[in-house]
Amino acid sequence: MNLNPLLLTVGGTLAMAAFGLFAGLSAMAVDRILAARMQARIGPPFRQPFLDMAKLMTKQNIIPANAVPWLFNGAPLVALAASISILLYLPMASFQFLPILNVYGDLVLIMYLLLLPALAMVIGGLSSGSPYATIGAQREMVTMIAYELPLAATVVAFAWKLSHAGLADPFSLATMAQTPIWSLVGPMGDIGVGLLLISMLMVVPGELGRIPFDAPEAETELAGGLLVEYSGRNLALFLLSLAVKTIVVGALIIALFFPYNLSGMVAIGNGLAARLADVGFFFVKLFVILFFSLSLVRISVARFRINQVVDVYWKIVGAISLIGLVLIMADSIIR
Amino acid sequence: MKTLEVKKPSGYTSQFGPAHPAFKEPVMFTLELEGERILKADFAPGQAHRGIEWMGMRRNCLQVVFLAERICGLCGITHALSFCRAVEQIAQIQPSNRAHYIRTIIAELERIHSHLLWAGVEAHQLGFDSAFYLALKVRENVLDLLEALTGSRVHYSVIQIGGVRRDITPEQCADIEKSLQFYDETYEKLVSIFLEDTSIKMRCRDTGVLTPELALKLCPVGPTARASGIRKDVRVDHPYAAYADLDIHPILPDEYTGEIRGDVYDRIVVRILELKQSIGIIRECIAKMPEEGDLLAIPKLGVLLAKLKAADGEAVGRHEAPRGEVMHYVRLTAGEEAPTAWKVKASSYSNYMAWIPMLEGDQIADIPVIVASIDPCISCTDRVAMVRGDHTELLTKDDLHRLSVERMRRIQAELSAG
Repeated sequence: MNLNPLLLTVGGTLAMAAFGLFAGLSAMAVDRILAARMQARIGPPFRQPFLDMAKLMTKQNIIPANAVPWLFNGAPLVALAASISILLYLPMASFQFLPILNVYGDLVLIMYLLLLPALAMVIGGLSSGSPYATIGAQREMVTMIAYELPLAATVVAFAWKLSHAGLADPFSLATMAQTPIWSLVGPMGDIGVGLLLISMLMVVPGELGRIPFDAPEAETELAGGLLVEYSGRNLALFLLSLAVKTIVVGALIIALFFPYNLSGMVAIGNGLAARLADVGFFFVKLFVILFFSLSLVRISVARFRINQVVDVYWKIVGAISLIGLVLIMADSIIR
Repeated sequence: MKTLEVKKPSGYTSQFGPAHPAFKEPVMFTLELEGERILKADFAPGQAHRGIEWMGMRRNCLQVVFLAERICGLCGITHALSFCRAVEQIAQIQPSNRAHYIRTIIAELERIHSHLLWAGVEAHQLGFDSAFYLALKVRENVLDLLEALTGSRVHYSVIQIGGVRRDITPEQCADIEKSLQFYDETYEKLVSIFLEDTSIKMRCRDTGVLTPELALKLCPVGPTARASGIRKDVRVDHPYAAYADLDIHPILPDEYTGEIRGDVYDRIVVRILELKQSIGIIRECIAKMPEEGDLLAIPKLGVLLAKLKAADGEAVGRHEAPRGEVMHYVRLTAGEEAPTAWKVKASSYSNYMAWIPMLEGDQIADIPVIVASIDPCISCTDRVAMVRGDHTELLTKDDLHRLSVERMRRIQAELSAG
């Protein structure tokens, strides 16, 4: 293998981006079909999100007269670029053989990168000069602040546990991928990790702006909120960034809580078959996580008001994650 | 001396509507907001102008019955029945008892489908689409039944001055019973979803409160009034059709919750309980319906028209529509075929003013929920002018006929070509 490392990196990045877009749109399609079936509808065909994107790309890209054009056009690009770049830092099953950035980022970096697409949406909304988008942007900022607490509690719990166990680089995702958290804790810690998992699953719909935490977009209230003025290519870019973010959030939960590979558990050898099995297993895990955190939740509740979003994230989800954190600490001290 | 004007950092004014996904029909709200909170609310109806009364006053009464049905897609019976009741009073025509019972049965079936649609729309406004799909799916059953009984899913054209145009046969009674059983079974499900779901309670409890005192002042009608504890129902207060024979009472939310708060949740409670009440009324009607009786008091249309032409006087016809009381004022002049005056007061007209106290103090997120909670029928309330740009155009019946023939020819040509 004496390929130019630069070429390899560029090629790998492009391949990863293509994978993220494809998987994200597929996840969107699966979510729509499953939600439809649970609501006794037939739902769209699997290719619908792809068709939608193709359609949006050909539609007129309207920039409102009182928008700030460079911000308005730049925000969707930033959102998509940020979503894809997180993908490069995440350890994803057997994609690890792609030496794209050589190192995985640590959790703190990923937390900040996760904020970028949402921030880009806020900036896009504020620069579009529509009162609905402005209200939506304010709500998005509040939502971001709200779900940050459980997210931060989870990250702190993981890092503290790993550093307590004497591992180097406690914030690194590579460390977490190699040492599943469940293997480090006792029974009480298991409960703690379980609580953290629940709180992370509840962060997913907020992170992705889905019901019940979709107040920033709230179709019936704000007519699309943040995205109300967006059309054509710009809207497609935002939707693609959300699609990629779906995969990113799913992969992050897998990396934190379920970094197991099929090849490690069943003897398939170490060849191509094992790689493929691992990829398949990754998608199974992704499917299960997205089903329970997105599809199932969004069909079974009504949308929350923005003050209720904050209440739920700080009082309920925040409490769950803090109890999880305390349990993990207590577990380590007792042992 | 120069005074320095300091602008108070107050809220901003924002406009919702006339075209907005929160409102299924055009109405414009101007809201003074502070962050998410609504400080002051005002609204401007009349964004859809229809001129339906103008049309009615150029047609004879028999034609107006069918025109009146088209005031509203959902409460077709409501307007036809109110208009017929007004005209019957003027011309002193008495429908048979059997006709009264048939009118009641159709009107209550309409209430079931209207309340189900409302429940669906309210759920959609709350962002709870599963409940929306459930309500609309369940509603299909009654629409199919209405189609079997009258030949049409909406606009049943079953009411006529002096009676009804279609009978309900014993076989059809069996069909009705089958449908009622279906609703008995689904009722529990609807209660558990709309009244017991935590997220619906979170959004609707203490949202859009209309206190009993304000309700008395603003005179809302129908479920909106009853949810605020006002015991008011035309079917009970001024019985008509077969309602005087039946055992009914106005439904208040404390039957289910034990208290009256006058919020959106109470309005859901009233409507869901009324579903059950309508099922009971229809059962009672079928049991009590007289075997014999003319469908129409004056079956020959020519005779009826002549009698109406000779009639002179004015009257008010009322009906408790699913949304509340509907009132038709009609004046007939001897020697004139068309009514000399026809004024329609749709139920939403009385309920509009309740929006303002409901909205003030609540949040932006509550706007669609509150606006939908009175089940507004905005286009029924508004009256039309056809304007395209600067060009105003009146289409006559001949024009419409010509356009529809042209369209049919075009479709036929396309079909034979393809």
